[in-house]
Amino acid sequence: MREIAVSLITDKVAQLCRDANFELPSAVREALEEAKGVEESPQGRRILGEICENAAIAREERIPLCQDTGMVSVFVEIGQDVHVSGGSLSEAINAGVARGYKDGYLRKSIVSDPLFRVNSGDNTPAVIHYDIVPGDGLRLTVMPKGFGSENCTALGMLKPADGRDGVKKFVVGAVDKAGPNPCPPVIVGVGIGGNAEKALLLAKKALLRDPQTPAVNAEDARLERELLEAVNKLGYGPGGLGGRVTALAVHVETYPTHIAGLPVAVCLNCHSTRHKTWEWRGEDDE
Amino acid sequence: MMSREPAERIEAPFAGGVAARLVTGQRLLLNGVLYGARDEAHLRFTDALDRGEEPPVDLRGQVIYYVGPTSPRPGRPCGAAGPTTSGRMDKYTPRMLEYGVSAVIGKGRRSPEVAEAIQKQGAVYLAATGGAGALLGRCIKEMHAVAYPELGPEAVYRITVEDFPVTVAIDGRGDDIYRIGPARYRMECE
Repeated sequence: MREIAVSLITDKVAQLCRDANFELPSAVREALEEAKGVEESPQGRRILGEICENAAIAREERIPLCQDTGMVSVFVEIGQDVHVSGGSLSEAINAGVARGYKDGYLRKSIVSDPLFRVNSGDNTPAVIHYDIVPGDGLRLTVMPKGFGSENCTALGMLKPADGRDGVKKFVVGAVDKAGPNPCPPVIVGVGIGGNAEKALLLAKKALLRDPQTPAVNAEDARLERELLEAVNKLGYGPGGLGGRVTALAVHVETYPTHIAGLPVAVCLNCHSTRHKTWEWRGEDDE
Repeated sequence: MMSREPAERIEAPFAGGVAARLVTGQRLLLNGVLYGARDEAHLRFTDALDRGEEPPVDLRGQVIYYVGPTSPRPGRPCGAAGPTTSGRMDKYTPRMLEYGVSAVIGKGRRSPEVAEAIQKQGAVYLAATGGAGALLGRCIKEMHAVAYPELGPEAVYRITVEDFPVTVAIDGRGDDIYRIGPARYRMECE
């Protein structure tokens, strides 16, 4: 049994929120640089140049990459032998979000009620997902995601008879429908299987994978390549003004499902795909 | 489309006749004053117009920028301030153009009703690069809330810009870069 104080968790979440909003992951930056060499459209190359310059300014001047500093998803993997002391873990995470958004001059984009729409004032609450895992470690991933891309999320409860082709058609259709709105070049997260909420969670988590890393399963990786090629035939390109690079990557995650169903979820992330992770392995590591 | 031409410097708000001669695909650098307004401000503004009331700020002849900026760090005029998705304002835009707004800046597709209203009113839709909030924020020299300050990032802001880069997305003839551009690069899927 290892003990962690909630105050440390609050500190770390605050820092992760700030860093995620100022620092584009290096793998995403590399993918954008690489896209410049592939893009044929002059407008598209200019926009990719602006996006890379934007990332450099944000990192150097600690200005948010995007004014939509997002609603925060927090993915928590907590060892079953960890004891959290001094208060509620969820409250500690939300306190970290509130502090990070205040201290970092990040935009407060959350309204406390979806219909009555009064700003909560500190960008809370976050959406927190817990995984209990073996061991005595803790892993926190903070993912602020803007709603330009979040509003393009699609869920399809396909029939088993729709099969692989049906899945491809649904994913390409979702990217086509989104068009310029999610700020391409996008990363496409695809969740196949499970039930409705599992498919969506797989699709969302798939966005955390580096654009250069294919799925572990060879069949999933083959589907990713086929989907990327199909999506990049749509012609939207950077900023949606026309071009070859509509997506930097397509990431597929799968899960067992029911005999009667074939759920497919598509989560799009803008080129500003932001996330930061902290791993705790005991007090000595801090 | 004239994307290879150098960007043209233009004063905002536009002088008479300027909006009418802009062509889809043309790149502009805006200098002067824009008004930031997004979802909730549009709702309140058009509600006031529909009730026959005078809105809290006169936007006739002005350029609206769909933006919800981050709060600036102390001593800075602006934080990140890129465009938000324009389509959410489609419901309000024909009314705003009829009222007298001369141009709107955002990102993404517009509805056929908006394209029609742009033609009818001799207005123009301009696109800024989505997700380039830090870069675009640098072009903002002054920014303060002038209406609905209680809305925070959704307030109406008066924004002074220098060389703020945009591309003409829908011109007075109704030509739409979000249709023309992708059509050029679209390939049939097997």
